[in-house]
Amino acid sequence: MTPGVVQQLPAWGPLVALAALAVVALSGAMVNGVLAARFSGRRGGGFAPIAEAARLLRQRRRSTVAADELLRRVGVAGLTVAAALKVAVLPVGAWVVSDLAVGLVWFNAMDVLVWAFVWLAGWGQNSVFPLVGGYRFLALALAYELPLMFALTAPAVAAGSLRMGDIVAAQEGLWFVVWMPVAFVVFLAAVLAFSLQRPFTAPMSADITGGVTGELSGVDRLLLLTGRYSLLSAGAGFAVALFLGGGSGPLLPDWLWFLGKTVVLLWLLVALRRRIPQLRPEQLMAPAWVVGLPVILLQVLVVAVVTINGRSS
Amino acid sequence: MPEAILFVVLAVIAVAAGVAVFRTDSMARASYALAVSFVAVGLMLLQFRLEYIGVITVLMMVMEMAVMAIFMIMFMGMNPALMPMDMVHSKKLSAGSAIGLFLLLTAGILLADWPESRGPAGGDLTASLGEAIMEPKMLVMLVISPVLFATLVSALVLANPRGRYSTYPLVPVEDADDDGQGKGQDHSGDSAGHAAHSAHGMDHGAGNSDGHGQHHGGGGHQ
Repeated sequence: MTPGVVQQLPAWGPLVALAALAVVALSGAMVNGVLAARFSGRRGGGFAPIAEAARLLRQRRRSTVAADELLRRVGVAGLTVAAALKVAVLPVGAWVVSDLAVGLVWFNAMDVLVWAFVWLAGWGQNSVFPLVGGYRFLALALAYELPLMFALTAPAVAAGSLRMGDIVAAQEGLWFVVWMPVAFVVFLAAVLAFSLQRPFTAPMSADITGGVTGELSGVDRLLLLTGRYSLLSAGAGFAVALFLGGGSGPLLPDWLWFLGKTVVLLWLLVALRRRIPQLRPEQLMAPAWVVGLPVILLQVLVVAVVTINGRSS
Repeated sequence: MPEAILFVVLAVIAVAAGVAVFRTDSMARASYALAVSFVAVGLMLLQFRLEYIGVITVLMMVMEMAVMAIFMIMFMGMNPALMPMDMVHSKKLSAGSAIGLFLLLTAGILLADWPESRGPAGGDLTASLGEAIMEPKMLVMLVISPVLFATLVSALVLANPRGRYSTYPLVPVEDADDDGQGKGQDHSGDSAGHAAHSAHGMDHGAGNSDGHGQHHGGGGHQ
């Protein structure tokens, strides 16, 4: 309700936001490289993602027979685009690229685009295992999307606004994570799910020879992997803005606090997902809807009651 | 002026993508052409400052097309959906009803007595939409939404045999057809079907021939 909590950046804003997203995503991939190296008893590994990117850029693009080239390219490039469009409404400290009045719904809509893109990437390759991978993602998505939507509802109800800036401003006194921990946990799980990280890697797992990524090589593969890390980074950024007080913190400027929190949360997520085994695609539906949905609905109820009591008193 | 140009561009995209739905021979292209058409409409709604409706249109329509992809393999036997196919059928009836509906709607738009705009809409349009739905239109919503929801759920439950005859499968049900036990035999009687399944499970030492209960039985054998 109060436009002007955050300041909209001028025309160069999108470029800076994109660069920030790329740097944060790269840091996540580098942490993953270090952890992978340590796991196999080597040192270093921080530059593994850069080396891998260079290798993929030199690799020849492979294409399958009678592939639907248009849909495949839309799907492969789409994940990164969806992540970038999410970041467009994310307030970094006091700045935002676009101060959309319904920023939270925008985030959700871009998240749904991921459904389309993963499936299109799987379909477009005209090959069995990528197609199976695309459908596996839809199966997971049906399970995680409703809990995610209700998890997004909780901060919006508490702030009384769908504008990201207002939601951050509403956490001046108390971070939302303190009194809506269930929504926070569900949101983080959904972040892992829409960025195709473990335990939700069934669409690209080894039992279907890489699934969606099975027939991808060269720059296509690079784009899809970049998209995963970009989505994870964008998700970590939204977790910070929705639950961890955004850019609030002592001494340092807001934007630095925001980026710091985002990067730390991203690294934690990267480290955490390495320790979780992968779910089979049909294993998610029952827990997500039979346990997850009632629990998150109770959380929203508690938040609504607390918010209405706080307003009337 | 730039807004008007953007509007025209979006309108052309919406119509062109709508035409593409029927010109293509692939279900995937048809459904996502439809999604593009709706996304263009959603962006046009953003131009009218109807942010919530616009963004929710994009969300719902893209999600709908993804769900369409699931229905495509759920309900179309033998999966013609995976093959090139013609997107138009019963052409005369469809063309006739489409033109008729277009004329009706256009006549409605042109002839309706639209209220005069009373200056620019003030305040938070999302909030006023919410109030309209939750206050004067509450009864309508309360009636429509359970009916819609019940229709969706019952259609799915009826269409999916598993929804009627067994509990949630934690282990995928394997078809028993491959070893000569037809489906008719399975459904002829509950006890006979189960006995056949148990035998099948023991023969192969694997318990994944039926749902949940069988799984535990199979675990015992191993």
